Amino acid sequence: MVKKTLIPVGPYHPLQEEPELFKLYCEGEIVKDIKWETGYNHRGIEQLSEKKTYDQSFFLVERICGICSTSHPFAFANAVEEIVGVEIPNRAKYIRSIIGEMERIHSHLLWVGLAGHFLGYNTVFMWAWKYREPILDLFEMISGNRNSYAMFKVGGVRRDIENAKIPTIKKTLEQFKKKNDLLTGAVMDDPVIHARTKGVGVLTKQDIIDYAAVGPTARASGVAIDVRKDDPYAAYPLVNWKVITAKKGDVFAKAEVRLLEMYESISIIEQCLEGLKKEKEGETEVKVKEIPAGWGTGHAEAPRGEVFHYVLSDGTNSPARHKIRAPSYTNIATFKKSCIGQTISDATISLAAVDPCYCCTERMAVAYDSKTGEKIMNGNELIALSANKTHELKNK
Amino acid sequence: MNTDEILKNIQQKFGSDVLDIFKKSETRAIISIKPGSLLRIADYAFKDMNLRFIIATANHTKKGFEILYHFSNDNIGLIVNLHVILPVEKPEIDSLANMMSGANWIEREMHELYGIVFLNHPEPEKLISEGNWAEGVYPYRRDFK
Repeated sequence: MVKKTLIPVGPYHPLQEEPELFKLYCEGEIVKDIKWETGYNHRGIEQLSEKKTYDQSFFLVERICGICSTSHPFAFANAVEEIVGVEIPNRAKYIRSIIGEMERIHSHLLWVGLAGHFLGYNTVFMWAWKYREPILDLFEMISGNRNSYAMFKVGGVRRDIENAKIPTIKKTLEQFKKKNDLLTGAVMDDPVIHARTKGVGVLTKQDIIDYAAVGPTARASGVAIDVRKDDPYAAYPLVNWKVITAKKGDVFAKAEVRLLEMYESISIIEQCLEGLKKEKEGETEVKVKEIPAGWGTGHAEAPRGEVFHYVLSDGTNSPARHKIRAPSYTNIATFKKSCIGQTISDATISLAAVDPCYCCTERMAVAYDSKTGEKIMNGNELIALSANKTHELKNK
Repeated sequence: MNTDEILKNIQQKFGSDVLDIFKKSETRAIISIKPGSLLRIADYAFKDMNLRFIIATANHTKKGFEILYHFSNDNIGLIVNLHVILPVEKPEIDSLANMMSGANWIEREMHELYGIVFLNHPEPEKLISEGNWAEGVYPYRRDFK
């Protein structure tokens, strides 16, 4: 009888939005089944939001995700503004899009770095995270915070981006573009990365539709969905850009989509900055006194995909029902398709490919299952397995 | 196919199963349907009209348990919500998870938070309350006095 090894990935590291536990059931090297457990850090945010005012809820939903902290306020603002029926000033639209795209850049860089680390390419990790720093500095300059920027409110934004700051942002982006060329070249032209990621963790178009996957995960499989284009909001209809897609659906395609998307983000920000110059400084919001009864469905394209908020208002100052769906909720479920049948070392990068909570994988205990006596591998062993495979390929 | 055509199509095909159609704007609409017809209408929306399943929202109101199934047509930016109301005494409805895996988790979540039963669910295991919540307690249910 073949002995099955259980490899748990997670769960005690609630740094990102979804602390989770993956259980990989393996026979030898091959992953035979995968199960997912969650609820370790269920914060009851939906119900908490129903006890807060709309203004307070912005700060609450901003804390759902530590990486893409603006995507939830973005979708929430879209939903609430749909109920009110308010059109925000162009300056606020530009500022919202600038913040959204800067966040996409730093989130994608974070992913590229971690993907490099998982493959045993720590140079990529160091580069990507180094280039991410100036972007975070820009956030600090604009909002006072490197993360959780508290920029959004019903009817507009809390802070203006003064015209005097535009040259600094432009200069930083220009410098970043050159660095991004280097990074993209390093990832896209490396034969070892090709060997490790091409044909690995493939999701077909049908898988994406079946699992309702979104964002770069869907676009890498040729499903060209992007809320910014499909149901335009903020300044996205005012600027020119294109939706990046790839066809193969493997890990390489997902990396390709994210790397190329950063160039589109830079272009969007540059156009928005030009747009800002044409608008009057300080016109950043429309005063909204009360939220009428009604419902609104707001969505926004976060770095990981569509964030969806449904808000039901009964005319009071807090939502009567507030449903939130983060993109990883649907993307993580695709692991059933992308990981089964693969080796453990490839499953590591497949799990990472949809950009879920990585931090979880770093905190695990070496143990034996008390009931079955099956060996439980730890996170470092898992990463070492993946890194070793890359080294073997390099030495060939 | 534009918004009006999509709504008209569903109205014509499912006639008496459709209780009400409310078009809020060119990109937002709610279709209230009989709970028994959900499987057929969702199947038509998902497979024939190629609408993308976004998520479902449950809510406990004085009318009972209301569920909104959010679907999207990404070509025209339309969000169509299929709306059903289930009686509090017997909150049961067919599961959509056999048709599309995207509904698997949210149905399990709605079961744990509201106690709604999804019939023929392919994987009726606990999702978020495994091992650490009391049995038979549904935290998102409300108390109407």
